[in-house]
Amino acid sequence: MIQAGIIGIGQTRFVTRRDDVNLGELAREATIIALEDAGIEFRDIEAVVFSLALDALEGMENAERWCVEAVGGCKKPCIRVHMGGATGGSALHTGLFHILSGLFNCVLVVGAEKMGETQDAQSILNLIFDPVYEREVAINAINMCSFQAIRHMRKYGTTEYHMALVAVRSYKNALKNPYAHIKKEITVEDVLNSRVICYPIKLYDCCPRSTGACAVLVASSRFIKKLGKKRIAWISGIGSCTNSYFMGDRMDNSGLNDHADAEGLLIAAKKAYKMAGISDPKKEIDVAEIYAPFTSTELAAVEALGFCEKGESGICNEKGIFDMDGKLPVNPSGGVLTSNPISVTALVRVAEAALQVMGKAGERQVKGVKNAVATGEGGSLQFYTVTVLSKGI
Amino acid sequence: MSKELLFISQHWNIEFNHAAGETASVFFRAIKERKEILGRRCPACKRVLLPPRSFCERCFVDTLEWVKVGKEGTIEAFTIVYEQFRGLPKPPYAIAYVLLDGASTAMVNFLKKVDLNNLQEALERIKIGARVKVVFKRKRRGRITDFWYELLHT
Repeated sequence: MIQAGIIGIGQTRFVTRRDDVNLGELAREATIIALEDAGIEFRDIEAVVFSLALDALEGMENAERWCVEAVGGCKKPCIRVHMGGATGGSALHTGLFHILSGLFNCVLVVGAEKMGETQDAQSILNLIFDPVYEREVAINAINMCSFQAIRHMRKYGTTEYHMALVAVRSYKNALKNPYAHIKKEITVEDVLNSRVICYPIKLYDCCPRSTGACAVLVASSRFIKKLGKKRIAWISGIGSCTNSYFMGDRMDNSGLNDHADAEGLLIAAKKAYKMAGISDPKKEIDVAEIYAPFTSTELAAVEALGFCEKGESGICNEKGIFDMDGKLPVNPSGGVLTSNPISVTALVRVAEAALQVMGKAGERQVKGVKNAVATGEGGSLQFYTVTVLSKGI
Repeated sequence: MSKELLFISQHWNIEFNHAAGETASVFFRAIKERKEILGRRCPACKRVLLPPRSFCERCFVDTLEWVKVGKEGTIEAFTIVYEQFRGLPKPPYAIAYVLLDGASTAMVNFLKKVDLNNLQEALERIKIGARVKVVFKRKRRGRITDFWYELLHT
């Protein structure tokens, strides 16, 4: 049976703007770093999966056209993947499918984001809602997550203080990540006193708009053996799940598929854990990189991932379970709250989880990582991806 | 060679004339002509879908029956927006998902006629579980903004 592993990782520093490069050149920077990391060359790449979310954020339709040659895609098969926030997770899975098909031995999964070139991000994100029933009600990517947050608060007694704890931890972790966009220390009071954007989400509950690129090289066990590479993050399990388009469908009080909970993530995680042979994620997962653009999103996600019972994420944050020195560190990179280059954010989660497994995460390294999990989340909490990376397979 | 970096400013201005489709057209005409809110019942799971859709995503079957739902309901989720987003309404404004009586799914719209200037005071009134009514615009065009929600007797 073919197995697949991550052999090389490249990230640029995430920033507000990059005026010295275009989108393809930015993706090329991450690609070159990943190739050097793997010890291979452009000619070794057999196919390219391009991770690119909303065209309007880049101001160009089919913007992958502009980029694939910069990452060595000419004369090779290229596929562009767009699943909103889950784009990078789905792109990684697409790269994996290339390898598992047996048709390819080395695939580049790469993307870049330059959303800093428009001030209209939330008006663009309003366009992800249908023009008939929902768009005119001014929903955007922030308030769509407020609806989840307010239901979680009501259902479980989660508070803005619990949300603030997530922000403080993420910001603290980001200080040790050389690629992180926002680097500053904040306190619980800073978060609680920050201005309300879409209640209950306040400024410091929100991710920034980031510019940057990420590249991940996925290879077959055959290719890895030939390369003689030792530090590999094996892809041991994946899962993916799609929820309904209408958020209101998850508010029917049936207790099933409640918008308070990330049910799609729960289903995706179960599949991924099963594939990876993980029966108790609390014990067997050593570190997690979770796609959570808002503090409240992470609270629901850790529950769906089985790191704690439903409704207990607030208390677990109070206990420091997800801190760097806690039982199950979450987002050692600082996570999405400190860097959100939408097109590659979920791919960065995979990259960071892979670095943890490879033992190459530098100052943000968690000790003795055998299994790491990375998630992606797109649409109105609609598309979920889960990837488990392991030291052995 | 000068190292000055240059910029190219561009603006997207694209027009669409979206078809509402048969199902949404019936829904919007009922609002416009009769001040009625109509859902569609799934013949398999019996859920009344609101906003109405021609199929049930859980049962994979077409919905066929129109059901008139109540003009009052319960808030299931809400937000109060205090930030100005480009191209979106002037804050503050409240948005609520409401489960109208007789419907199985919640429908989103603006929640109006409540003072939002003081958040804590607004939160005393706007809660999950609070009862609201549907209020229709006098001049209706057959759009979702033909109606909004208002809190009932507070």
